[in-house]
Amino acid sequence: MQVTLRIQRFNPETDTKPHYREYTVEVEPTDRVLDALNQVKWYQDGSLTYRRSCAHGICGSDAMRINGRNRLACKVLIKDLGPKITIEPLLGFKVIKDLVVDLEPFFAQYRTVKPYLVNDEPPPTRERLQTPEERELIEDTSKCILCACCTSACPIFWTTEWLGPAAIVNGHRFLFDSRDRATEERLAVLNQRFGVWRCRTIFNCTEACPRGIQVTHAIEQVKRRILFEQS
Amino acid sequence: MYHRFDAVIVGAGGAGLMAAAQLAGKCNVAVITKLYPVRSHTGAAQGGIAAALANVEEDHWIWHMFDTVKGGDYLVDQDAAEVLAREAIDAIIELEHWGFPFNRLPDGRIDQRRFGGHTRNFGEAPVRRSCYAADRTGHMILQTLYQQSIKNQVVFFDEFMMLDLLLTDDGVCTGVVALDVETGEFHVFHSKAVLLATGGYGRVFKVTSNALSLTGDGVAIVFRRGLPLEDMEFYQFHPTGIYKLGILLSEACRGEGGILRNGLGERFMERYAPTLLDLAPRDVVSRSIYHEIREGRGVEGKDYVYLDLTHLPKEVIETKLADNTDFVRTYLGLDPVVDPIPIQPTAHYAMGGIPTDVDGRVTVDAQNTPVPGLYAAGECACVSVHGANRLGTNSLVDLVVFGRRAGKHMLQFVQQNDLHPLPKEPDYRARAEVEWILENEGQEKVATIRAELQEAMMADASVFRTGDGLRRMQDKLVELRNRFTRITIDDRSRTFNTDLVEAIELGYLLDCAEAIVACALAREESRGAHYREDFPQRDDANWLKHTLVTRTSGGLELSYKPVIITRFQPKERTY
Repeated sequence: MQVTLRIQRFNPETDTKPHYREYTVEVEPTDRVLDALNQVKWYQDGSLTYRRSCAHGICGSDAMRINGRNRLACKVLIKDLGPKITIEPLLGFKVIKDLVVDLEPFFAQYRTVKPYLVNDEPPPTRERLQTPEERELIEDTSKCILCACCTSACPIFWTTEWLGPAAIVNGHRFLFDSRDRATEERLAVLNQRFGVWRCRTIFNCTEACPRGIQVTHAIEQVKRRILFEQS
Repeated sequence: MYHRFDAVIVGAGGAGLMAAAQLAGKCNVAVITKLYPVRSHTGAAQGGIAAALANVEEDHWIWHMFDTVKGGDYLVDQDAAEVLAREAIDAIIELEHWGFPFNRLPDGRIDQRRFGGHTRNFGEAPVRRSCYAADRTGHMILQTLYQQSIKNQVVFFDEFMMLDLLLTDDGVCTGVVALDVETGEFHVFHSKAVLLATGGYGRVFKVTSNALSLTGDGVAIVFRRGLPLEDMEFYQFHPTGIYKLGILLSEACRGEGGILRNGLGERFMERYAPTLLDLAPRDVVSRSIYHEIREGRGVEGKDYVYLDLTHLPKEVIETKLADNTDFVRTYLGLDPVVDPIPIQPTAHYAMGGIPTDVDGRVTVDAQNTPVPGLYAAGECACVSVHGANRLGTNSLVDLVVFGRRAGKHMLQFVQQNDLHPLPKEPDYRARAEVEWILENEGQEKVATIRAELQEAMMADASVFRTGDGLRRMQDKLVELRNRFTRITIDDRSRTFNTDLVEAIELGYLLDCAEAIVACALAREESRGAHYREDFPQRDDANWLKHTLVTRTSGGLELSYKPVIITRFQPKERTY
């Protein structure tokens, strides 16, 4: 089938502001949007620029706005979109070129939540024990691939500087890990003015997550943990 | 720009980050990566990482070693396989202490599952050896190691593509040259030691589980610098790729009880591997699938068979194979709980690569003479622990065990050695290559040449090979190389020029393909993943040896080095 891609373009060397260009490509209904982008890049206009790698929703490179929603281009099929598809870079980040955005601020927020296990007790010679029930608490949030779909779908993030959903998901992943010993430090970060309380439970993040993580639920769990630890 | 470090690591997948963890805080180390760190393809590994923890049933590292040697059709260097099997246990425990979220047993210890080719008591029956986190084990390794990098404040150069390796005239490694993709600037990294951890080159084939970025960069660059590559003819096709797309469905699907069925509904592995059945090693299963298809027993006579999970409990499918279930629902619109899944073998893993010793030092000849300061680990390296065919889960074991050993050895090396001076104009080759591509005016398109390469390699150099087919492929490569000199790219800008990046990558793919084909044509026997229809038997008398291929001014030169055999004499390989 034929589809028309309307793609936001911006080359900092020649453009003062972004503009749109349309491309028509021949694709299968079961093709991924990434396949359509590749058709354009490989056979029509090699200057079209986007990130991509694994092409099956695991590496998180090709997060972009597809018909207004944050998706991974490799995880949405043409047949679910119809013949006209608008593709734009993620909102809230500086555009480097076309669909490529500067994710450094996103990773900077991620680093503030101490995204690593903290446990200074001398480790046993074998594994630390953790029951399946304890492990289950971090099952959902440990799926995060740091693609930024959730954070850049958040209206608060568009207007205000705050941690954003992805950083909180990764804070949650360690806060709820039975092996971690940095609860107070973690809660201090998450409880600050630009922490979890900026969340207005809009659920855009949950809808945007290509891994199906219950992001808003995780943020709420962190809020409750802060309240209960303090009381 | 010029940078000086004690150690530079190229690649931020499992091997690179594991090495970085050994060096961080102890010397001045940088990681350069073509992608963002958590984008590397280690993250796509699914089913598990093997170690003889014996948490679920009796197991011993020597059983793991034996399975690795036999799985590799006895081309494995057994000193390296022993290191792999012994140190896998420590590496798993280390990962756990760093926070890796393993699935657990009710008593809190790490759970383990079955995987292809892993057996109890030297081949008696499948054993539970694979430690795992649902079906996203590689994702969790990548995340856990990146988390450690943040904790250790490792310096990253993200989206920097390596273009050249710097060696002095007497063969000492002094650094690398890289392109900052975002700005188009050249950067010279002057260092005492370099680790190449750049991953595989599955993109030489049309149907592959590999990421678009897996173009053999490190392997090709080493080859261009006149250093040898080892065992390039051994390339693994994983049995269960999603039909046409090549996206991997984990061996864990069969580890949890999944069955392969042909168009008649038969469990055809009963014919080919009566003991291990669907959990036979990958080379055996992939060939069996093609046999079925060739004999007209593919589904509806077509070139695929079914992976059947429908008899498994829904809960196992939804929780232990959650990502696989998601792939099938997303890309095929099928539900594995009720539908059998169309699959075909998919190009998956390079057993061959840059020759190294067990400390990750790159070696140049049959005597294993090391290149001072140069290391390699992970899929781009050939230790050789995988021999002619890698066992499932052993790639992740390889990354953590040999990434760790390489990192430890590098630390010692940089503490004991001084920085060698750089060659004059260290970036001239890299600049010349980039300028040539940016300015070249021809009629050929990168994507067209690449697609023809991938089609031809699939037809003539994949699961079944013949002398005629490989010679045809050699001719094709001459033609493609010639056409490559006439490419034109559309994007002439400096900023984030991925058109340029893809052209450079195609050059690397052509190098890798040339090495694969030359080695495959020379090896007149069938062993592991290398199957010659014109020489269908394994021939230990003539071919129990590793291939080394070197680019010289007169073309490719082949030489051979002995396989290290310590505990297990070669035997007939049946499952």
